Amino acid sequence: MHELSVTESLLNLALSHANQANATKVTAINIVVGRLSSIVDDSVQFYWDFVAEDSICAGAKLNFDRRPAVLHCADCSTDYTIEHDLTPCPKCGGMRTTIISGEEFFLDSIEIEKEAEKIS
Amino acid sequence: MSAIRVPVVEKIFSTNDKIANQNRQNLTNKKVLAINLMASPGAGKTSFILATIKRLQNQFRIGVIEGDTAPVTIDADKIISAGMPAVQINTGGDCHLDASMMGDGLASLPLDELDLVIVENVGNLICPAAWDLGTHFNLLVASVPEGDDKPYKYPNIYRGLEILIINKVDLQPYVEFKMDYFRQGVEMLNPGLITFPVSCRTDEGMDAWIDWLSKKIIEFKKNA
Ligand SMILES: Nc1nc2c(ncn2[C@@H]2O[C@H](COP(=O)(O)OP(=O)(O)OP(=O)(O)O)[C@@H](O)[C@H]2O)c(=O)[nH]1
Ligand SMILES: [Mg+2]
Ligand SMILES: [Zn+2]
Repeated sequence: MHELSVTESLLNLALSHANQANATKVTAINIVVGRLSSIVDDSVQFYWDFVAEDSICAGAKLNFDRRPAVLHCADCSTDYTIEHDLTPCPKCGGMRTTIISGEEFFLDSIEIEKEAEKIS
Repeated sequence: MSAIRVPVVEKIFSTNDKIANQNRQNLTNKKVLAINLMASPGAGKTSFILATIKRLQNQFRIGVIEGDTAPVTIDADKIISAGMPAVQINTGGDCHLDASMMGDGLASLPLDELDLVIVENVGNLICPAAWDLGTHFNLLVASVPEGDDKPYKYPNIYRGLEILIINKVDLQPYVEFKMDYFRQGVEMLNPGLITFPVSCRTDEGMDAWIDWLSKKIIEFKKNA
């Protein structure tokens, strides 16, 4: 699996936004992962502690917002969720479907600390 | 100290995607069409590339980038023996090529002399799908002995395809492979996907593929 390189990309993205915001520390990383995105979030967590070690992201908490894979049936307009394998519409057996969610994989936000502004 | 939430909303692959776009621009500027060829191990990637080269070599110059997890040059050597330039990219155990490896590969090919670049990605149905290389087309070589349930089990890779090859159709009499069931799964994921059933062994179906590809290359060179 490719989670090591994914984790490195995640760190770089988080750091660049943290620096822009003049953060002194990043306390949390909020990620959105769709069921179909083929990312195993456990191993991202596993690599994170190594990859982030010497940066201001060290110790940041990774929060995964997992989005289910939702399909829409073009025949009977049912929306249904799939867990692992692709399955036909549970209501009418239709196979003309569109995927409405489940392919997300993005960094939603980070939580940071800054030096308190000095009051002069 | 105060905790602040900073909104980002940016794809985690954005660095890779930026490099991929540079690769694509570079290829387009040089009027070289590029295809990212993915498949599971042993599906017939190298056989299919060789069969394609054999039929196009009098018309077009073709370069090949061979992605391998280990520094074995078996596949690259086969391409070079067929008279076309090839470079081997060793991913050092990684399960996929990424855009920066692709950039290195392109730098070692004589792009000014080429019409087509084919990238043989690492044999894997999960990881390569996530990494844009900067090619113009994603192509999957599925094969009959893998089974007709693959679209249902690996939906991700089928989503991003522009071309599907179903290889080893000569083996259909010997294995349980329901073509209708297979193609129905593909249709759910990627409606109207351009599909060529072929055999690299018997050459069945290769004419249709070569015909389509030749037209694409010419059309691309005109519009690039
Ligand atoms: N029967 C049959 N065998 C084929 C066909 N195409 C390829 N093969 C055989 O399948 C095996 C694997 O082919 P390769 O072309 O090396 O496959 P690959 O996907 O490049 O393999 P890796 O790079 O090792 O992942 C070889 O023994 C080929 O001769 C086909 O259309 N029919
Ligand atoms: Mg090969
Ligand atoms: Zn339905």
